Amino acid sequence: MDDVEAAVAGAFRDEWGRVVATLIRTTGDWDLAEECAQDAFARALAHWPRAGIPDNPGAWLTTTARHRAVDRLRREAVGAAKAREAAVTAPPGGLTDGGGGDGGDSGIGDERLRLIFTCCHPALSLEARVALTLRTLAGLTTAEIARAFLVPEATMAQRLVRAKRKIRNAAIPYRVPPAHLLPDRTSAVLAVLYLLFNEGYAASSGADLVRSGLCAEALRLASTMAELMPDEPEALGLLALMMLHDARRTSRVDAAGDLVPLDEQDRSRWDATGIERGVAVLESALRRGEHGPYQVQAAIAACHATAPDPAATDWGQIARLYRELGRLAPSPVVELNRAVAVAMADGPAAGLALVERIESSGALGHYHLLPATRADLLRRLDRRDEAAAAYRRALAMAVGETERRYLERRLAEVLPAP
Amino acid sequence: MRYVLMICDDEAALLARRPEENAEFLGEYGAFGEEMTARGVLRDGNRLRPTSDATTVRVRDGEVLTADGPFAETKEQIGGYYVVDCKDLDEAIEVASKIPSARIGTIEVRPIWEM
Repeated sequence: MDDVEAAVAGAFRDEWGRVVATLIRTTGDWDLAEECAQDAFARALAHWPRAGIPDNPGAWLTTTARHRAVDRLRREAVGAAKAREAAVTAPPGGLTDGGGGDGGDSGIGDERLRLIFTCCHPALSLEARVALTLRTLAGLTTAEIARAFLVPEATMAQRLVRAKRKIRNAAIPYRVPPAHLLPDRTSAVLAVLYLLFNEGYAASSGADLVRSGLCAEALRLASTMAELMPDEPEALGLLALMMLHDARRTSRVDAAGDLVPLDEQDRSRWDATGIERGVAVLESALRRGEHGPYQVQAAIAACHATAPDPAATDWGQIARLYRELGRLAPSPVVELNRAVAVAMADGPAAGLALVERIESSGALGHYHLLPATRADLLRRLDRRDEAAAAYRRALAMAVGETERRYLERRLAEVLPAP
Repeated sequence: MRYVLMICDDEAALLARRPEENAEFLGEYGAFGEEMTARGVLRDGNRLRPTSDATTVRVRDGEVLTADGPFAETKEQIGGYYVVDCKDLDEAIEVASKIPSARIGTIEVRPIWEM
């Protein structure tokens, strides 16, 4: 049973987006597509233990979801539904695929790109774009998305319902935009892909910190985006950023699944080839001479990834890059990261001053890393009582299990020995 | 899919224009109308008289309440509209972006709720 569950979980990670994307294209109905995809995965759990795991789980799931959609549409069986049924039962690759019937499309073959460009349409709010992509493409639950964006689950559910309604009622086209619209529609897609990568890198849902499938998904899409838009250095910048993070992914948690801070990571476990490739992609982006937030973030990641040991890290350069990032894309989270870099370059007191400035601005009031950073700086200043209080505040806000264990370990360090 | 493109701009500023400016602007509208008719998307369209000629009507407790002018005072008013039949929202956005007033005001694109 465990094998089958693992196979279904794996197929879910790998195939959910493709199954939903295909069903949306053939039925034109987002809710129906999601429901039938969900149903197909439920059937896999029931069917695979008896019949064995199919050779091509993705094809099995798509076919099952497709049949389910046909059944549903037959039951409706009136007017427009008939026409959609014809589309669903048409052989894959026919009728609506690629060369056929899809006028105005850029001719990009990946089903999921069609889906992501539609999810990221500028007529949708940015919040809706992100939520929709994570739900339909990555298959995150509404609860997970709500947690990632610090809003109540009901709010997120409502956001998704409204976004899908608008796509239907305003006739937002389901396609990769034609060439003349493509550049304008790219930055929202990149933002969504980065969020997707981050969701995989530090999943908000407890036990499994690194859901590598999501990272791989984001990497694959980012790589396709970079190929698709060779003149867009930010697409390359984002790809480089993801590659550099990904190369250090396995050392980010220890055998017990606990978060390992950067300075304690075993750098021999970093993927040297991956780092080299990431740096090469970054360099090809930088050569175009148009700096953007992703390229700067990739440069920061490269500073970390190419330092042979923590002491060799060029924190001064990292602090400068964070200042540049804050200029290109101002945000309190960037300011918090700059505070950490400044603390490393100029000492914890200098970093603490920046943290206190963020605190007094009232920003990041619900972000556990603000008190967590404050706590770490106070610990290094040996102000143990204050550090303990800040760790407790961070613990009250942190939701990930591994982050909680990290904070608890640090809290124990600053408490007086019993 | 049919959309209404509502042209919202500052009517006071428009009415204060010099005649030659006005003529040029109307000329642009004429060109827009011809282009979109030739393309086959334009179904209907009209310029509206200013809000000073408007009357608002409400019925409360069975009583008809008539008032002068628009219900809400805003900086931009609906000065005209087009009904267009477009393939999808992208086309409607593209058509809306070509309305001369889009450069000075706002075009609101609303799908028609087909009954």
